[in-house]
Amino acid sequence: MLAWILHRISGLGIIIFVSIHVLAGFSTHVVGTDWGDPVNRVYESLPFQIFIFFCVLYHALNGMRIAILDFWPRLLEHQRMAIWLQWAIFVPIYGLSVFLMIRSALTSG
Amino acid sequence: MHSSRPAPQSGFNFEYFMWLFTRVSGMALFLLALIGIVGAFWMGARTQIDVGALLRWTFFPNPFHVVNSNIPDVTIGWATAYWQIMQMMIIFFGVTHGINGVRMVIEDYLESPRKRLLSRSLLFLFWLFLMIVCVYVILYS
Repeated sequence: MLAWILHRISGLGIIIFVSIHVLAGFSTHVVGTDWGDPVNRVYESLPFQIFIFFCVLYHALNGMRIAILDFWPRLLEHQRMAIWLQWAIFVPIYGLSVFLMIRSALTSG
Repeated sequence: MHSSRPAPQSGFNFEYFMWLFTRVSGMALFLLALIGIVGAFWMGARTQIDVGALLRWTFFPNPFHVVNSNIPDVTIGWATAYWQIMQMMIIFFGVTHGINGVRMVIEDYLESPRKRLLSRSLLFLFWLFLMIVCVYVILYS
């Protein structure tokens, strides 16, 4: 249930972000207007980057778990372990990336 | 809350195709991200960009994503036809996967066939619009 709701929230977060990001990029680089600037400021901010990276990494790893279990149903007997394995992969990658992002944000001012 | 999605039909139909496409495109995006991150390190990302720019490049290898870095000339290596084709594949797999996901979420809450047809039509137009805008941005950058 938690995996299902997180998968939906992170998926919707990604598609909303990507849609707005593409439109803002189109307006900035191709049309040459500036309505995309406030949008750019939001998604270049550190909290937003930490949030969207959570969405992308969680959605990617959870989707990979779902795809593997769907294509190889014999692995379903290990499905509880698969969820723990997924978190065991998620936490180090996410933690290290967030640590590096915060550190570079602090050092660059 | 109850699920209003019709029971799955057997045989090769639209829902089965999208079910398969979601899984295959998800795995394809993994592969494309791996190619992106390996390519970035190949082109000197270890010393030239920070982790934020590396992540942006990994998810979408667009030269605009690495301009705020120490890379001396983005057009050498980073802005080539090879990476434009990579971006178009990511856009096709990613946008189609995402819009289909939105369709799944919406249809969990829409019962009437007329509203479903309306939402599917709007989502299809939005998908087409995003694809055109994305290809335009990719060719422009």
